[in-house]
Amino acid sequence: MFDDIGNLMHGFSVVMQPHNIVLMVVGIVLGVIVGVLPGLGGANGVAILLPLTFSMSPTSAIIMLSCIYWGALFGGAITSILFNIPGEPWSVATTFDGYPMAQQGRAGEALTAAFTSSFVGALFAVIMITLVAPLVASFALRFGPAEIFSVYFLAFCSFVGLSKEPPFKTVASMMIGFALGAVGLDQMTGQLRLTFGFETLLGGFDFLIAVIGLFGIGEILLTMEEGLSFRGKSAKIDLKIVVQTWKQLPRYWMLSLRSCLIGCWMGISPAGATPASFMSYGIAKRISKRGHNFGKGEIEGVIAPETAAHAAGTAALLPMLALGVPGSPTAAVLLGGLLIWGLQPGPLLFVEQTEFVWGLIASMYMGNIVGLIVVLTCVPLFAAILRIPFSVIAPIILVLCAIGAYTVNNNTFDVVMMLVFGVVGYFMKKANYPLAPMVLAIVLGDKAEESFRQSLLGSQGNLGVFFSNWLVGTVMTLGLIALFWPIIQNGLARVRGSIGSARPVQ
Amino acid sequence: MSVTSKILSFGVAACVGAAFAVSAPAHAWEPTHPVEIIVPAGTGGGADQMARTMQGIITKHNLSKQPVVVINKSGGAGGEGFLDVKNAKGNDHKLIITLSNLFTTPMATGIPFNWKDMTPVAMMALDEFILWVNAEKPYKTAKDYVDAIKAAPDNTFKMGGTGSKQEDQIITVALQKATGKKMIYIPQAGGGAVAVQLVGNHVDSTVNNPIEAVAHWRAGKLTPLCVFDSKKLDYTDKIAGDKSWNDIPTCKSAGLDVEYLMLRGFFMPPGVSKDAVAYYVDMFKKVRETPEWKKLMSDGAFNQTFMVGDEYAKWVANAEKLHEGLMKEAGFLAKSN
Amino acid sequence: MSESAHETGGTGPSHRSVEAGVAVAAGILGAITVIGSLRVGIGWGDEGPKAGFFPFYIGLIIVFSSVVNLVQLFAAANNNAVFASWGQIHKVLSVVVPTAIYVAIIPYSGIYVASALLIGLFMIWLGKYRAIVAVPTAIAVPIFFFVTFERWFLVPLPKGPLEKLLGF
Repeated sequence: MFDDIGNLMHGFSVVMQPHNIVLMVVGIVLGVIVGVLPGLGGANGVAILLPLTFSMSPTSAIIMLSCIYWGALFGGAITSILFNIPGEPWSVATTFDGYPMAQQGRAGEALTAAFTSSFVGALFAVIMITLVAPLVASFALRFGPAEIFSVYFLAFCSFVGLSKEPPFKTVASMMIGFALGAVGLDQMTGQLRLTFGFETLLGGFDFLIAVIGLFGIGEILLTMEEGLSFRGKSAKIDLKIVVQTWKQLPRYWMLSLRSCLIGCWMGISPAGATPASFMSYGIAKRISKRGHNFGKGEIEGVIAPETAAHAAGTAALLPMLALGVPGSPTAAVLLGGLLIWGLQPGPLLFVEQTEFVWGLIASMYMGNIVGLIVVLTCVPLFAAILRIPFSVIAPIILVLCAIGAYTVNNNTFDVVMMLVFGVVGYFMKKANYPLAPMVLAIVLGDKAEESFRQSLLGSQGNLGVFFSNWLVGTVMTLGLIALFWPIIQNGLARVRGSIGSARPVQ
Repeated sequence: MSVTSKILSFGVAACVGAAFAVSAPAHAWEPTHPVEIIVPAGTGGGADQMARTMQGIITKHNLSKQPVVVINKSGGAGGEGFLDVKNAKGNDHKLIITLSNLFTTPMATGIPFNWKDMTPVAMMALDEFILWVNAEKPYKTAKDYVDAIKAAPDNTFKMGGTGSKQEDQIITVALQKATGKKMIYIPQAGGGAVAVQLVGNHVDSTVNNPIEAVAHWRAGKLTPLCVFDSKKLDYTDKIAGDKSWNDIPTCKSAGLDVEYLMLRGFFMPPGVSKDAVAYYVDMFKKVRETPEWKKLMSDGAFNQTFMVGDEYAKWVANAEKLHEGLMKEAGFLAKSN
Repeated sequence: MSESAHETGGTGPSHRSVEAGVAVAAGILGAITVIGSLRVGIGWGDEGPKAGFFPFYIGLIIVFSSVVNLVQLFAAANNNAVFASWGQIHKVLSVVVPTAIYVAIIPYSGIYVASALLIGLFMIWLGKYRAIVAVPTAIAVPIFFFVTFERWFLVPLPKGPLEKLLGF
């Protein structure tokens, strides 16, 4: 423990060297650019720059690359809030309240809340990594297929039943998401399914294409219908907004803490940032006094998913280092980098490469602080984008969407699919079908199915595997409670009510 | 140190991917714009790591005047990547790195594609497979483990592996044949995840490539039982305690007559110019001479066979026949064809 | 498409018919899923549940909930609500049609030329900008993207004859 603090201090002294600070800023700025341009994504950004870091020392290289990662995480929130286009799966939940806030002219507030929450989440996770790294790594090993499924189950359950739309429309929407997610190659049997012989459907429907279409293009069509204007025009473009937002943030400390814990837990279990953001949003909506207002521009609806996503994104680096399993495509590329520098990720990395590991951990602290400063100073700049006239920005957004859809699989057919999703999204939204359950199902559906079938395969069809130990049993039970929460709540209210009304009679 | 690094970092920011103006020996053909390496698998896997390492080596040693770009096309078990190359007739700036799905994907899914639709360039290496078990388990040799399988009823032991109807499952089927007992094969998305499932005791054994499991071996979490090759691995450096790759016996010597090696090689689209192929072969030869490449080879205990031209094409044709037999026997061929 | 309809925004396709259309479309999608699942098998095989096991039930649920949605729609009183006025639909189409053309020509012209055309024509037709403003914007934005993607980040995007002519 004492050694660790000494090592961390040494790590800081490495990170604070001027050339490393320069690398850090360069990394953050590149990361934000990469995060803002849909289709570039963190994985791409890191992969592209990876070869350029071979001539640096491993520590400097990982500082720069991990800063690209932080920058991309920060940047992902920007397009979600401004244009309703989430660039990464874990930014989807941020659009639910972030975009309505931007439309109400509160883009600056939403961005500040998002950036600050990301920072808080990441910081919490880094502190956890610093203090309990070895413990955490062994916890991750407990997750077999059944445990992983239980986590997805909890994510779905905490989200289902949240929408105000008619229940059967919600069900239809979510199931269509599952069906779309199932198209392509079935991981478990190596068989193609639902492709009907079309070569273009081999890869299935990627989440990003669906989301760019449903949310991004769909939104442009809705805006068109209501006239050629961006409703976020009145956005304040003043740095004061940062301070004003900060003043109201401490009120939500409980929400932040809960989201941090959810995030860390999801990050360590291999489920990752996406279920974390959805779960955190769902639970916040249920618990918050202003829950009914979620989806209409509630700041809590931005804080919850952003905090959890970043806590998870940060915590996910730990299993990567300690076990050699990447939690995300970006982490996978970073992992490749480690190998090229001659560092072997795995349990011994912490013993053999202390300077590197603690340098990295120190750079997590510094990178997030530098990142927060960089993005916060740019808040007015980002908010000002909303002042560009719609007839100029709309075609540019369309072009960006097309580029984003193309780069997912380097396939022009995906651009066509994006437009189809856009028109579908417009109709669904007008016909009062919720889009969020569909997106959640596309993102997590096939993974949930995979772990479900892996568990059943292992247990030879015995459903008891989902309650076979305390970990999986607890998570499944939590999921069931979340699923039936409205009924339980009703029941509780009735019991209390009957006691209350029974008393006078006695 | 600090000054040069600073200059370097500014350089990185200013001219990401800028071409390097270093003179190279004259060739009949040279790339005129960025060269694409298609990876028919996801980011982070063995093929992806090799492609990205090569990208790094080529950039660092200025082996190409034009930048090299790695693109993942993993849809349909890599079918998407292969079809892309097949359809890029005459494109001299496109390469694809292959794994066993070069054969298994078209056979298992019926995707209309065959290696003959492409131009063979070079075999860079062959990847080995090792039988791993958790170190907490009492199995010290392959024989211990095989005896335990034989003593238990069918479907008792769980084998973890990457993907379905691909190399890991082919080996599993061969093992079943050798032991006479069925195993439960549980597919995972990637080799790293497979190894961790074994460390966490969620499966009983795996057939991970050396590079995927070496870290856990060194940490004393996993034990290698035997290697699926006709001879022991060449690498004698001590890796885990006093053990080296060379200390792992072959499976054949342990009574498991199963051999399997996976191709790590390059192909190009059909109809490309001979000069272009010669250019890339020459470039790969230079890559093989670099210390970074040698390090990757020894880290992953690769079989360093290098082949080009007809020899390579012949090898691939043989390997295809071998896979066809294995797939047919295992009942993995797509029903429609 | 008379001017008056555009102004009042009164008439248009009824909300009910569009919603029925969406429900039917969803139902068809569900049916396709069921058929596709049956093709690959929905039982228990050597590899555990077969490939069609999951999507088969998903498809059934889609069909079922679409039927419920249709029934609920026609059981409720028709409030004669309008889905969108013809004027609004005209506006939406004025984005969808150019975008569809844009998407269709990308494989042939490359993404940069197509984008320049989209941005320029969008600004001139819908934004009523003069060509002197629109044309430079339409040229500058794709060039910016070209430099960012092709040069800096080395991400190749679709290119057409013009780029070939310029030697890329």
